[in-house]
Amino acid sequence: MSGLKREGDHVHRLDALRGTTPQQPHDARAIAALAANPGCARRALMDGAGIDKDAAARHLGFPAPFGQSPFAITRGNMFEALVKADGCAELLRMLREVLGLPVAEVSYHDVENVGAHLRHAHTKALFDRAAREGHDAGTLYDHPLLSLRIAGHTAYLEPDVVAFQLGGRFHIVEIKSFAVIDGQADPAAVAAAARQAAVYVLALRNLLEELGHDPLKVSHDVVLVCPENFANRPVATLVDVRKQLAVLRRQLARMTTLDRLLEGLPDDLSFDLLPDEDGRPTRPVAELADALHRTTARYAPDCLSTCDLCFFCRDEARQEGASDLLGRQVRDELGGVASVAEALGLADGSRDPAEGQEEIARLLRNAERLRRECLN
Amino acid sequence: MSLLTSLARLRALDEGIAQPVATVRHCHLSARPMVFIPLKLSGEAAAPLAAMLGTDRADPALLVVTQPRNRDLRFAWAAQVAEVLLPYIEGFMNDTETVERKNTDPYERAIDAPQLIVPNQGGVAFTRLLGRSTRFRRTDGPYPVPESVPLLGRWLTYLGERAAYPGSSLMLAATEELGRHWASGQSSLEDANLAALLAWITTGPTDEAEDPLIWPPAGPATDPGFDAEVLAPAMESGSAERVTEALRTQLEPTWRLMWQAIDLLAALPEGASVAQRWEQDRGSFSGMAVHIAEGAPPQARRDGAVAAAARLARMERAQAAYDVQRAYDDPLVMAEYRLTGEAFAGEVIETVPDNTEGEGRSRKLRPLVVIKTDDPVRLPPGTTLGTPQRRSQGAELVEAAEGLVTLKITKGMGRGRTAAPGAVPEVGERVCYTSLTDDFQGSPALPEPEATPWTHGGPPQEYVPDDEDAQEEWS
Repeated sequence: MSGLKREGDHVHRLDALRGTTPQQPHDARAIAALAANPGCARRALMDGAGIDKDAAARHLGFPAPFGQSPFAITRGNMFEALVKADGCAELLRMLREVLGLPVAEVSYHDVENVGAHLRHAHTKALFDRAAREGHDAGTLYDHPLLSLRIAGHTAYLEPDVVAFQLGGRFHIVEIKSFAVIDGQADPAAVAAAARQAAVYVLALRNLLEELGHDPLKVSHDVVLVCPENFANRPVATLVDVRKQLAVLRRQLARMTTLDRLLEGLPDDLSFDLLPDEDGRPTRPVAELADALHRTTARYAPDCLSTCDLCFFCRDEARQEGASDLLGRQVRDELGGVASVAEALGLADGSRDPAEGQEEIARLLRNAERLRRECLN
Repeated sequence: MSLLTSLARLRALDEGIAQPVATVRHCHLSARPMVFIPLKLSGEAAAPLAAMLGTDRADPALLVVTQPRNRDLRFAWAAQVAEVLLPYIEGFMNDTETVERKNTDPYERAIDAPQLIVPNQGGVAFTRLLGRSTRFRRTDGPYPVPESVPLLGRWLTYLGERAAYPGSSLMLAATEELGRHWASGQSSLEDANLAALLAWITTGPTDEAEDPLIWPPAGPATDPGFDAEVLAPAMESGSAERVTEALRTQLEPTWRLMWQAIDLLAALPEGASVAQRWEQDRGSFSGMAVHIAEGAPPQARRDGAVAAAARLARMERAQAAYDVQRAYDDPLVMAEYRLTGEAFAGEVIETVPDNTEGEGRSRKLRPLVVIKTDDPVRLPPGTTLGTPQRRSQGAELVEAAEGLVTLKITKGMGRGRTAAPGAVPEVGERVCYTSLTDDFQGSPALPEPEATPWTHGGPPQEYVPDDEDAQEEWS
């Protein structure tokens, strides 16, 4: 019973961190991004508490450097509509032709028809029946609403995806609008899509398990649907997301052990943005910044493309003169020398190496000697 | 990245200004480079939006697709780009020199070749996609395009492929070349921003470089804020002029940065091997020109197994040669090998110029040289050595201990009983020796394409462009 109590405690503590700020729901993209920098306590705490990091970053004067172009959004919606048109006719064609799946007859369920408040329950009921009956006929479920427990809170996932059942197994279909040209796509885009699909696979597996079915009825092969070449014609590919699933599971397990991170925090710490009636944050900027500085971030340049707070943390790393600024490669090369001043001091001999730093100090001194010799 | 570069980055961060990581320029810079800044419509694979291009910094051409989703306008745009690029490329074809070859016919090589410079790797990738989406088009049939469009596609494909070839300078990405010569105090990820990297090199870092209102992205993607607030309303207004002027504001700042980057690189003295690599570029360019003139089909969508293996082997050899040449050309690059013990430099403290090995007819001249060095030498006796100071010379390591290295010269000191004058370094001279050598590696034995084994898919079907290729949608 103590486990339950502990979880209750830490949910309470996370709620306190958030204060009056409304909770920001997690979407699959955000959950997938958790895996990007697992060592960052600041991000783990803010996500755990459900703080809108984008709003926080804006309020702090460090708005995130990414936005989505309206052209890209239009294109994405258009493509999705095309694939799903006429009860997913186009999708079926691909499943038959491209993947060679023996989909003979298909029933189509649009879960959205039941209204938002019932969607999750309806999704559950549909999957329960499908898993129980185990009929072989393919069934497409459009707009299902899945859920996943994140750090004691339930996150609802609204996939733009369709799950279909075939031979008793469920498959996740992920529709993306980046092009596959002559059989090749942007590796970064494919990786991101696979991470996101893994979140859905995990959520669906949890759902089946809850209902008392075999979670492995959800396939780890997801169907990625993208435009082919330069046209709007969709093409389907199977992507194995086992690796992404493993990373995600590990990461979510870490999130539920937030207690350790929470224990070390001062009692009066709060990330509350104190939103006014219009939702605009009113918390004094310096106070919020101070609260964030009291948690440890693990800034890496990769954050610049995944985390809303990246400019804030980069600024902090600059103030501290951290070698993290230069990227993981440089940090690894420096073998544990964390600050710029320390590394340069070892290089020019003005600082004596601490225990365990002898080897890197020798290398740095040598490098410094060589640079001087070549540049003078 | 090596520890030496990491140290330079730390120093740059500390001093607030980029630090050199090269003492000479390792790329060829044309006297008349073609600067090419393409922009694409967000969310699309290869829908061109605009390009600013030209060889005259005072007079760039601005070509715009005012309705990027209109297929006809897109091909008209490609034809306009071709009108600028093709005369530039073809202008280098006629001035040639005859190159004699052993055991085979001489060939003609262009005296000079075109050089396309784009802002970043994204620009290279987009150029390749533009090539891919235009090279299969036909001038007849259901969707005819101007004759220049497929030809442009073949040249853009060729240049895009050369950009991936180590040491080639036919197509350069400005951020890549700057990054090869300077270390900034930011991460390599952030170095992909041309404005930010140039600020580090010239005045020191500034937050302005990341403000899209001051320095718009150097493409091919545009700033999402600009798309939403300026470009989309301009397109909806239906005014071609408004769209053109909007895109001019996004391209002009980058245009200025591009020429600033070229000036910075031009100010560096050229490395000794650059001309040799440019010679290969010129040969390759002439080969491509002949290929097109002879009516060969456009480049296939994908290489067959044999062609792919051959290409990979060529690129690996080119990479190895490029690494070695840069080290020989540039003491600062060589320093990276000295740090890892693959090279050493120091002062000659003793020589035995008339040392010999063997007896009678097999007696050979093997001058000995002893060098005092501070470098950590990690080479076993018997290692073959070369030296940037005497490039034709070969040597062998005899012994290395306690800062003293003994080596014997085995090659490149003349055929006489005594070494040719200057072949053996003098006492007091500073020399550098390294185990890196630009030895020619034979190409792997690959079967003819017709004999591709079944493990690799069997003989590839010969590529014949069909109607489907020519009429492929471009939406």
